[in-house]
Amino acid sequence: MSRVGILVFPGSNCERDVFTVLSKFSGLEPELVWHTKNDLRGYDAFIIPGGFTYGDSLRAGAIAAHSPVIRELKKISEENLPILGICNGFQILVESSLLPGALTVNSSHKFVCKSARLVVKNNSTPFTTMFKKDESISIPVAHGQGRYVIDNRAYRKLERNNQIVIRYAQNDINGSMNNVAAVCNEQGNVMGMMPHPERAVWIQMDQDIRPEGSGVFESLRNHLLWH
Amino acid sequence: MNTNTSKSRFIVLVNIENKPYVSDPEGETILRDLIMEEGYSVVESVRTAKSLKMIVRAKNPKQAEKMVMKICEKLRIFNPIISSCTVNVVKSLP
Repeated sequence: MSRVGILVFPGSNCERDVFTVLSKFSGLEPELVWHTKNDLRGYDAFIIPGGFTYGDSLRAGAIAAHSPVIRELKKISEENLPILGICNGFQILVESSLLPGALTVNSSHKFVCKSARLVVKNNSTPFTTMFKKDESISIPVAHGQGRYVIDNRAYRKLERNNQIVIRYAQNDINGSMNNVAAVCNEQGNVMGMMPHPERAVWIQMDQDIRPEGSGVFESLRNHLLWH
Repeated sequence: MNTNTSKSRFIVLVNIENKPYVSDPEGETILRDLIMEEGYSVVESVRTAKSLKMIVRAKNPKQAEKMVMKICEKLRIFNPIISSCTVNVVKSLP
């Protein structure tokens, strides 16, 4: 069994969804981990779920980025364990500098909540091996601060290193630079994505939604099985 | 950082604004849909900012500003990728 720690902060609200989805996959043992925990030994992977940690005070993810559990996560991120941040989790990862760039207010200045068409650009991360390169998928987004921003030089580096993992296939989501929806770190073990794959696993959830988020968790399961 | 032994108190204003290359949708909306809409064409641009007012103890205004800037950088009160930050003492308190 692979233990997957789901990091929970005051204001997280997608941890149960992620927990339930992970429970569906044999071989994965999800566990909720409270933000004050400062010993993360014994886990095989981590997921930071969505939500509004600390009420998005200061900036989305800015306060959670300083918690004991993130300080600990920074130490073990070099051990090449898979770490996935979803939505607010992605915001926490950029605010803690575990991922490059920044996420700021959508260019529409509105909260965006809908199914987004995406294109998988890098299918070699622990979270995307089940997809084909350039595969088109649909996964819901729900965020107010999802516009990915980075300076041009750093952006070119991301492209060279294949760190832009998923792009939006439509222009009307949040104004992200070149439609960036997910990025990973240089080693590829840390990834953040604005769309919510855990909301696209069971088709009963919404008639418009296909179970295309499953691939993210299947990829993780396979990665943990074979590594 | 223990500054309790310092003698004076200062009001320090921290101003956090998007860098020029990062657009500011809120400022654009205020300009386009309110100011321009109401006919005030003398206004060319609006940029919103976040400001924090802190009361701090320090030896003098210079030290107060330096200390607050250091805290802002260390705790990432502003995100250096997208924002710039200015720190100014606006008042000395008795």
